[in-house]
Amino acid sequence: MKYLSYPGCSLRSTGRAYEESLVAVFQALEIQYEELKDWNCCGATSYVSIDEMDAFALAARNLALAELQSPESTVKLIAPCSACYLVLSKTERYLEDYPEVSTNVNAKLDKAGLHYNGRVEVRHPLDVLVNDYGLENIVKHVQYPLKGLKVACYYGCQVVRPFAKFDHSHYPVTMDKLVQALGAESVDWPLKTRCCGGSLTGTTQEAGLRLNRLLLKEAQKRGADILLTCCPLCQHNLECYQERINRIYKEEIDLPVAYFTQLLGVALGLPEKELGMQRLFKKLSLEHITHPKGEMANAW
Amino acid sequence: MHGNGLNGSIRIGFYVCHCGHNIASIVDVKAVADYVKTLPGVIISCEYKYMCSDPGQELIQKDIKEHSLTRIIVASCSPLLHEHTFRAAVEKGGLNPYFFQMVNIREDVSWVHSDRRAATEKAQDLARAAVQRVFHHKALETKHVKIHPDVLVVGGGIAGIHASLTLANAGKKVYLVERDPTIGGHMAMFDKTFPTLDCAACILTPKMSQVKNHPNITLWTYSEVSKVDGYVGNYKIEVKRKPRYINEELCVGCMDCIEKCVYKEGRTPDEFNKGLSKRKPIYIPFPQATPQIVLIDPESCIEFKSGRCKKTCVEACDRKAIDFQQKEEMKEIEVGTIILATGYHTFDAKRIPFYGYGKYPNVYTSLEVERLVNASGPTGGEMILRDGRHPKTVGIIHCVGSRDKNTNRWCSRTCCMYSLKLAHLLKEHTEAEVYNFYIDIRAAGKAYEEFYDKLLDENVHFIRGRVAEVSDWAVRPSEEGKLIIRAEDTMIGIVRRIPVDMVVLAVGMEPQADSQDVRRMFNISCSTEGFFLERHPKLAPVDTFTDGIFIAGACQGPKDIPDSVAQAGAAAAQALTLIDTGEIELEPNTAFVVQEECSGCRTCLTICPYNAISRDEVKQKAYINEALCKGCGTCVAACPSGSIKQNLFEDEMIFSEINGLLEHTPAVCCE
Repeated sequence: MKYLSYPGCSLRSTGRAYEESLVAVFQALEIQYEELKDWNCCGATSYVSIDEMDAFALAARNLALAELQSPESTVKLIAPCSACYLVLSKTERYLEDYPEVSTNVNAKLDKAGLHYNGRVEVRHPLDVLVNDYGLENIVKHVQYPLKGLKVACYYGCQVVRPFAKFDHSHYPVTMDKLVQALGAESVDWPLKTRCCGGSLTGTTQEAGLRLNRLLLKEAQKRGADILLTCCPLCQHNLECYQERINRIYKEEIDLPVAYFTQLLGVALGLPEKELGMQRLFKKLSLEHITHPKGEMANAW
Repeated sequence: MHGNGLNGSIRIGFYVCHCGHNIASIVDVKAVADYVKTLPGVIISCEYKYMCSDPGQELIQKDIKEHSLTRIIVASCSPLLHEHTFRAAVEKGGLNPYFFQMVNIREDVSWVHSDRRAATEKAQDLARAAVQRVFHHKALETKHVKIHPDVLVVGGGIAGIHASLTLANAGKKVYLVERDPTIGGHMAMFDKTFPTLDCAACILTPKMSQVKNHPNITLWTYSEVSKVDGYVGNYKIEVKRKPRYINEELCVGCMDCIEKCVYKEGRTPDEFNKGLSKRKPIYIPFPQATPQIVLIDPESCIEFKSGRCKKTCVEACDRKAIDFQQKEEMKEIEVGTIILATGYHTFDAKRIPFYGYGKYPNVYTSLEVERLVNASGPTGGEMILRDGRHPKTVGIIHCVGSRDKNTNRWCSRTCCMYSLKLAHLLKEHTEAEVYNFYIDIRAAGKAYEEFYDKLLDENVHFIRGRVAEVSDWAVRPSEEGKLIIRAEDTMIGIVRRIPVDMVVLAVGMEPQADSQDVRRMFNISCSTEGFFLERHPKLAPVDTFTDGIFIAGACQGPKDIPDSVAQAGAAAAQALTLIDTGEIELEPNTAFVVQEECSGCRTCLTICPYNAISRDEVKQKAYINEALCKGCGTCVAACPSGSIKQNLFEDEMIFSEINGLLEHTPAVCCE
C-alpha cells in the first residue's frame, strides 16, 4: 500500500465533492491508497488556540495510528483539506523539532496505548499528483484536453504557509502547471494565496465577504472561466456567497468554483456523478471541451 | 616518573594567564597553578594577569635564566592569537622557540563553560597533557623562503585597479587579470557616486587608462586564471587568454569595423547595458572600455555560425586586426604574492517572485536604472520605461535579497545609499514622485547621513516597512494600468497601497557565482555565505589563511567604493611588506620521510592536497618539499609503513599528550 488517506471532517460534509472526485481520480490513475482507520478530528485552527499541547496530542493520535497501519519506513499520509494538512504538518514538525513537545504528547498518547515514532510524512494530494505521480504520466491519461478554458488557480493561505513543503510560499505554481498540462490556460494573478476569509464568513461575515469579493472579482476581471481550489473551506466560501456579495456590493460576480480534482476528473473523462459535480451550485459550461474524436465531454 | 632518569634534564616552567576576567572568572587559575606545580618535571608554576604583556613575557625570560628552564608552557588563549608572541619570548630568553607549548584555556575552556569546578578540571587536564608532551619536544629550525617580487591581481574592478596602481607606483611588476573584455567592473556602469554625486566615469576612467599605460602593469583582459601552483613567494600561475578574434597589437579601437558590420542594428542583448540595448557581434563594451579593443562574439557572428559572411568588418579594418582563426592562449607567470579582487554579483530579483521582476516590464533592478539615467546609457539618459512611458511615480524597494531569511541574511551595506542616490537622480531626470520603502536607513559613512537629510528636503517619500508585493491588481480606478506596491507603513501602523509607474528593486550584493571554484583554486576559505574569508575580522582584514594571498573589495563582503579602495590599498601594502622583506619564515611543522623505512608505494603522492610530495625514481623513495608542505598530516596518517613523521606532531608527543589527558584528577578549587 503506497499511501494512507486522512479525509478529515470537511470531506464528509460540505466538501464531499472533493473526496468523491479525489477517489475517482486516484482510481482512474491507479494510485494505491487506503483510508486511515479510526481517524479523529485534526483539531483545525480552533483547538490549538485553546490548548496547544492537547491540540498536538489530538492531531498526533492520527500520526500514531498511521504508523500502526502502515509498515513502510516513511508513511505517506494524504490530507486533502488545507486545515488538516496544516495542522498535521505542524504537529509532524513540532514533534520532530521539539523534544519537550514530543515527550509531552507521547505521554498523552501512551494513555491510549499509542506512540508516535516520527515516521509519518504528511502530503497534500496536489503534491502527490504533480510531484509523485508526475505531470507526464497524468497527460497520458487525458481524454478531454481542456482547450480554451481559462482557470484561476487559488491555493489559499494554508497549503504553502508557513510550511512551503512543495511550492513557493508566496507564489505557488503547482496547480497552474497541472491545469496547463490538462490543456487549459492558467490565469496569472497575484491573489493566489490571499485569505478567503476562512471561518469569518460564519462569524464576522462582513469581513469574510469583503475578502471573498476581492478574490472573485479579480479572477473574473482577468477572464477566468472557473476558479479552482484545493481546500473545502475556500471552495465553500467562494462559491456560496456570490449572490450575497453581488447584492451588498453591487457586483456582478458569476464564477464557478470547483476542486482541482474535479477538473482533473473532467479531463480524464470520468462521469459527472463520480466527480460530485451535482453538488456544485455554479455550473460551468464546458461545451467547447471535446474529445479528440469530436465527442463532447460527458461531465456537464 | 618524568622528573628522573632519561629526562632528568627537563625543567618545565608553567604559566597560567588570567586574561583579565576572561579566564579567571570561570577557571580557578590559582588551583591550576598549584596543581601543575605537583607534576613531575615542573620547576616553576605560577599565574599572572596578562601573560602576553611585556612584564608577562619578561617573567618567562627571567625564569629561564634563573631556574635553567628547558621547556615553557603557557595556558592562555588560542595559539592563533599568541603562539608567535610566546615563541619569540622564549627565544629571547635563550631557548629554542619550539620548546614552547601553548594550552588554550580561553576559547576551549572559559568561554564555552559555565561550571567553575568542571572548567578548572578541564584546564588542569589540558595542562597535564602539555606537561607530558613537552618532554618529547625537539629543537627545530625555522626555514626561510625568498619572495618573488611580482604580484598577480585578479579582477579589474575599482579594487583591483587601485591595488595594481599602488603596487606599480611602488615599482613592483603587476599582472592584472580580468575576465571581462574591459576593466572597470561595476563602477564603470554607475552613473554617479554617493554622497558627492561625482560622475563615476569621470573619476574611474583616468585610473583605467593609467593601468593600461603603466610600464609596470601587464593587463590581460578577457582572461582567467586557470591554475595556481606553488606557495607564498613562489606561485606559478597559468592564465587562459580567451580569443577576442582581434589582434590586440594591431587594433587601435577606431571602431570602423563595428559600423561596417553586416548587421545594421545590434541584435544581441548588451551585457554592459544589462540587456536594455542591443549590440552587434563585433563590439566594444562601452566607449571608454580599457583596453580600447573590439572583440567578436562567436555566438552571434555570422562568419562563425555559417562561414558565409561578407566579412565587411575585415574590409573596414585597414590595420588587418581581425583574425577569425585566433585561438585561446595560455600564459605562465611566476609571482610571489596574489591579490584577489574578484568582486560581487547582484542578487537575482527573480528569486522573489512577488516583486514581479521579469513579469512586469516596468520593474527594474537598480543596476538597470544606473544605465537608464546614464548619459551614455541605452536611452542617452532619458528615463523611458520599457513600455515607452515616462514615469510620474516611482517606488524604490530596499533590501531586495538582503536582510531576508528567505534569501540572504546579510545587509548589503550599499543599497540604502545607492537608493537615495537613485531617488535623487530619478527626481532630477523626471520630476517624478519617488517613494522609498525601507527597513532602516543605514547611512553610516562620511557625509552619508547628510545626504539622507538632503533627500528628505527634496521631498522624496520614505515609508518604513517591508514591501509585501508588487502587482498589477487594481482595486480602484486610479490604480488601473499601474503597478501597485503593498507595504506596511510601520510608522502609522497601516497597510498602504501605492500605485506607481516604475518599481526599482534595490538588489543586494552576493558572492560571485563561481566563488567556491576560485576559493578552491587559490586554496583560501569562504565564510558560510560564500564571501572570501579574511584571516581575522578585525586585525587581519585583507589577509587570508593562505600566506601571500590577500583579498580586497566586495569579494570579501559587501562594500562601497571608498571601502573597496581602502581595502585595495591595504592589500597592496601587505603584499609590499612581504616583497620588501624579501623572504618569509616557514613553520617547521612539516612532514618528512624517514628514508630507510619508505617502501616507495606512492600512497602519499596521490593524497597530498598541496602536491608537496614527489618520488625519487632512482632511489624509489618519497620526498617531501618542505616549502610546499603545510603540515596537514594527511600523509603521516596514510603512510602504510609509518615512515612519514611530522615535526611537532611525532607519535611520542601525541601519545604522551593523550596519556596526560586521560590521567584525570578532580580539582581542588582555592575558593
